[in-house]
Formats: sequence, C-alpha cells, structure tokens
Amino acid sequence: MANSTTEKRIGQAQATSVMSVVAPAVGWLIPGAGHMMQRRWIRGLLLFVSIATLFVLGLAMQGRIYKANGGDILDILGFVGDVGAGGLYIVTLAMDWGQGAIAFATADYGTKFMIVAGLLNFIAVADAYHIAIGKKR
Amino acid sequence: MTITLNHFSAAAVFALFASVVFAITHRDTTRDMVRYGLYCFVMFLGGVFVAGWAMWVLRR
Repeated sequence: MANSTTEKRIGQAQATSVMSVVAPAVGWLIPGAGHMMQRRWIRGLLLFVSIATLFVLGLAMQGRIYKANGGDILDILGFVGDVGAGGLYIVTLAMDWGQGAIAFATADYGTKFMIVAGLLNFIAVADAYHIAIGKKR
Repeated sequence: MTITLNHFSAAAVFALFASVVFAITHRDTTRDMVRYGLYCFVMFLGGVFVAGWAMWVLRR
C-alpha cells in the first residue's frame, strides 16, 4: 500500500517535471500551445490570437524583422524580442518576409508590434511553466 | 498586403492585445483576469491621451 502510494507520487512528480520542460518549449514555438496542452483551452486560444495577430499586423504594416547580429545594442535587443515569437519568427525568416526598408512611420510601428509580440510570448511561456509546476492554477 | 494604421488605432490595437496577455498571465481567476485586462486597457489608452496632451503642452 505504502509502496503503491510512493510510486504514484513519483509518477506524478515525473509527469510534472516533463511538462515543466515540454509546455514552455511548445508554448514558445506556438504561442498559447503551452496552455492548451495543459487543458487551458480558452487561455491558450486567447494568447495565440493576441500574439499571432500582433505579429502578423506588424508584418502587414511593413515592419522589419531582426536577424541574429552582434552590432548595435538596439539591434541585438530587437532580435531577442523577435525570437520570442518562436514559430512565427522562424516562418517569417524562412519566407524572407519583413526585409523591407522602413520608409514610413507605420512600418516602424510594425517593427515594434513584432518585437512586443515576441516579448509577450516570453511572458506566456513563463506562465505555462508556472502552471506546469503547480505554482498557478 | 499592406495595412496602414494611424497612431491612435495602432495604440488601441496594441493596448487590446497586450491587455489580454497581461490579464491571462498575471491573474489566477477568470473574474480577476477580466478586471485586470480592463484596467490595463484603460491605463494604456489613458497613457496615450496623457502623453498626447503633454506633447501638445510642450509644443506650445
């Protein structure tokens, strides 16, 4: 009986530890997916819609995407922000989108939209981790 | 496809989506999320108006 309870607890701890790695990773790749795989469907969907819409709007506004660079500090920070969008960033780079020169103010807003979308996804990833370790419901 | 938003509509779109993410990630219960989301949205847009009027005063 005692052994059965102990084994059950060990099993739960292992599942939690696996989820605490997988949920943030999947959540980074697909915004909101870290919540969805933990059965927070509505939260996950709202996160996906919010982050993806912000990122796509940024692209549609002719915003510029930052690539990995070792130059100006603002360029490096822009890259860090963009990377947060995960799969959206990877697809954008693969399709060679977001490469235009910023010619008007709206395009600069677009660039900031994409950076903010990535930063918001970092927050969503941290939240998915907190749910996985039981710190948040 | 190119979308052109003016300054205010860009700020409103930003405020809406950032508020949704803040609400979900910073609060535990649905009720608290809704309240905090509305609070963030109002604060974002209020900040836009305050900054706008501040710039108008500085320009004079």
